Amino acid sequence: MSAYPHRHLLGIEPLEPAHIQAILDTADGLREVLDRPIKKVPTLRGKTVVNLFYEPSTRTRSSFEVAQKVLSADSLSIAAAASSVQKGETLLDTVKNLEAMNPDMVVIRHASSGAPHFLARHCRSAIVNAGDGAHEHPTQALLDALTLRQKKGRLKGLRVAIVGDILHSRVARSNVWLLSKMGAEVVLCAPPTLMPPGIEALAPVTYRIEEALEGADAIMMLRIQTERMTGAYFPSTREFHVRFGLTEERVRRARRDVLILHPGPMNRGVEIASEVADGPASVILDQVTNGVLVRMAVLYLLLGGGEAA
Amino acid sequence: MGWPAGFQPRQELMDAERLGRTLARMAHEIVERHPEMSRLAFVGVRSRGVPLARRLATLVGQASGSEPRVGALDITLYRDDLTTIAAQPVMKGTDVAFPINGSTVVLVDDVLYTGRTVRAALDELIDFGRPGRIELAVLVDRGHREFPICADYAGSVIATSRDEIVQVLLKEEDGEDRVVLLEREAGRPKTRRGPAPREARPRPRSRKQR
Repeated sequence: MSAYPHRHLLGIEPLEPAHIQAILDTADGLREVLDRPIKKVPTLRGKTVVNLFYEPSTRTRSSFEVAQKVLSADSLSIAAAASSVQKGETLLDTVKNLEAMNPDMVVIRHASSGAPHFLARHCRSAIVNAGDGAHEHPTQALLDALTLRQKKGRLKGLRVAIVGDILHSRVARSNVWLLSKMGAEVVLCAPPTLMPPGIEALAPVTYRIEEALEGADAIMMLRIQTERMTGAYFPSTREFHVRFGLTEERVRRARRDVLILHPGPMNRGVEIASEVADGPASVILDQVTNGVLVRMAVLYLLLGGGEAA
Repeated sequence: MGWPAGFQPRQELMDAERLGRTLARMAHEIVERHPEMSRLAFVGVRSRGVPLARRLATLVGQASGSEPRVGALDITLYRDDLTTIAAQPVMKGTDVAFPINGSTVVLVDDVLYTGRTVRAALDELIDFGRPGRIELAVLVDRGHREFPICADYAGSVIATSRDEIVQVLLKEEDGEDRVVLLEREAGRPKTRRGPAPREARPRPRSRKQR
């Protein structure tokens, strides 16, 4: 039995703790590869990966591309904005056509929740979800967990505050699933307008950031996603910062050795103050390195094994 | 120590004392061939090549007065059968924390069999630099090479059949020093002799083939 017995990575929700553990352990095992004089291993030679991005992305897409290059997979990246999607081609047609070129994996980011699951039902390739709507962003949650585990030595029992635009955040959803499966204690904080209804079934909710930060081992700040906002969720970014922004003063409510994470891109001066983002507790750049490792681990676990996987 | 599923011990090839003497003799040969020790380094292939490399380095150090450096190679990422094995092996990481350019690297593994592990180790090693020379030291050479590779130092050379496994046990990994020849339990289907199609050949799936 393989350590990671699935053909795809569609989300964190269907995974068991042992599968999450396997991905994190593999990522740790790969860490030294990035420190080598020649940062390339032949592991996935001859494998082809298509990165299909229907939404803008810097970190996630470049991170997948670096991971593919380090493991010697051949990859091509398609940005929807510069492709036939603009001519009205459907998602399924695009992917069926790409599949005719025989890729081993499709990494997809899409504005609609469930797009990767739809592809997994219709395609032969392994599908990796690189963010689907407001649903899940599994590799982000995995890299956050890898960063927490690297710095704290464990996930179990950590108190983690997730603060910001939870309503539109796939990062928040994946992280809530992952952290609670691994035994961490999660508290969610947002203005009531940015808190999805029913979320309190997954984790405790507060509307006061001071309460959320009390005794926290880690603070995950989320980006205010203005591009997804169809109405007026809060009066102004300035008021949001005053009520919910992470300032140095508020950080002092957390534990002294608190870690501050942000999935990027940051809105400095809105959800996070610059002094905090660049301060000693910030592990935002460690997250980026760990992102490459987690994606290498996912590529290795999905493409490295044989038919039985 | 539990044996791999479907196998049972047939014969003890080395006990702790003989294993110790064998390593001492190998260390002696290495010192003899490299009287100027300055640029010598040992690199063990995970997992059991690493403690063997450490022991050889210590023995060579005692004989010559200067202990060579020791590194570890995890060849998982360089295997040529990743797509034919069912489950990926757990990665333990490579650790070569010294420059190898121009030095003499003695690659150390417990058992030399098909030569595929050594091929992978050579590929990985030269990604770390350009050693002046690479030599190969193995505790047991059991034959059945599939590549043009041979050992510079072999602790013992034995004839085996492809149905057997040479299991090296080391204090550091297994709690005892011993080398045992394992055979298939009665009633288990025998493998075909000679070159079989790769997929059809049953391998101990999650580990290097011994």
